[in-house]
Amino acid sequence: MSSVRVLVGTRKGAFVLTADGTRDDWKVDGPHFGGWEVYHVAGSPADPQRIFAAPSGGWFGQVIQRSDDGGASWAPVGNEFTYAGVPGTHQWYDGTPHPWEFARVWHFAPSATDPDTVLAGVEDAALFRSVDGGASWQEVPGLREHGSGPQWQPGAGGMCLHTIVPDPRDPARMHVAISAAGVFRTEDAGRTWQPTNRGLQSEGIPDPDAEVGHCVHNLAMHPSRPDTLYMQKHWDVMRTDDGGDTWYDIGEGLPSDFGFPIDVHAHEPDTVYVVPITSDSLHVPPEGRLRVYRSRAGGGEWEPLTNGLPQQHCYVNVLRDAMAVDTLDDCGVYFGTTGGQVYVSPDGGDTWSAIVRDLPAVLSVEVQTLP
Amino acid sequence: MTEVRVKLPQHLRKLARVDGEVALAVTGPVTQRSVLDALEARYPALRGTVRDHGTGRRRAFVRFFTGEQDLSHDSPDDPLPDAVSRGSEPFLVVGAMAGG
Repeated sequence: MSSVRVLVGTRKGAFVLTADGTRDDWKVDGPHFGGWEVYHVAGSPADPQRIFAAPSGGWFGQVIQRSDDGGASWAPVGNEFTYAGVPGTHQWYDGTPHPWEFARVWHFAPSATDPDTVLAGVEDAALFRSVDGGASWQEVPGLREHGSGPQWQPGAGGMCLHTIVPDPRDPARMHVAISAAGVFRTEDAGRTWQPTNRGLQSEGIPDPDAEVGHCVHNLAMHPSRPDTLYMQKHWDVMRTDDGGDTWYDIGEGLPSDFGFPIDVHAHEPDTVYVVPITSDSLHVPPEGRLRVYRSRAGGGEWEPLTNGLPQQHCYVNVLRDAMAVDTLDDCGVYFGTTGGQVYVSPDGGDTWSAIVRDLPAVLSVEVQTLP
Repeated sequence: MTEVRVKLPQHLRKLARVDGEVALAVTGPVTQRSVLDALEARYPALRGTVRDHGTGRRRAFVRFFTGEQDLSHDSPDDPLPDAVSRGSEPFLVVGAMAGG
């Protein structure tokens, strides 16, 4: 019988949650790396027993941990992230030049075909690659060296490369998202990059239609339609059908189009999930009601999903990497909150229950569907 | 060759998989640099956690003590106090008091 393994990164360690395909009886294992901030935990599609975790902290910096037995045991691998060449400067919050400094890993994208190859998106924003299972990391410098680099500015969470969306048709093609620079696309395995932000509009930057400067929070893609990407921006839920060349707004009907994560149903490319958050200055659900919104029309026609979620006095946030879907026949949807709850819906969002309620603040949720 | 005692904070003991103090053989003058070089050679998982990879500088929230003496702002090439080089006192690596 199939099973699922949910990989949870929190402010104080990582947790591994496992269940069979019914997804109603859960084993909770952790904390691993207790006391460390774990921004992301991700399994290799090529070898699901191999998992990468990114514990970091203000005291002792970045550590990378790897498991080769599905999260039962871990060992540190390489943690040296050195920018290629002379890193130069980006803009600081006040618009002054600020030198590029490595802070932490935000997101891993393990290769679909090679368990030793993994990409890491980091703060200050850059893309690194390891081809030896995390033992060593080399920057993919073409992105940071894009001519717009000196204009990139940090979002409230730092200037981070937080989202990596490989194109399943072509290993040389991928999109990445940076706060607050925007979306970039490569078609030559990272040698050159193009900003793909046309159609995005952002208040608070001098040119609302600027090529860069957009605070993109998250991207999602269904593997059967690689040219369609969904975006949760700071404000606005957006969609492109031409691989990022042009974006249009699909957020009409949501109680707020501010939010962090966005995801797509595993078997329905037009079914999209977001978690509306009140505003940029109030990172809690509108009206104290935790609602996932689902569109079955690829945007628009949003319906609130509330069955099993708190509908009063709920003031948690759901961060950008804290939502995931499994690939079981009845697609499971998962998300974690800053209040330490991890919720599962085994029926595509119709009903929800808490796997755990009292973890540290959840930073990331990924799920592996196992045979 | 001198044997130097080093006491690590809990997070780094766990990362290095050691209990209590570690004893390190240090060749040549006993300085912050030579002690930390020996520490990182014995426990590669600690590379980058006490000193920055690139610059070799002490991380901002890490402090060095022996007894009550704060060595954090000494030159990394200054000789460490005799008590450390004789092995009668440990070289303390401390996470600065901050956070929650």
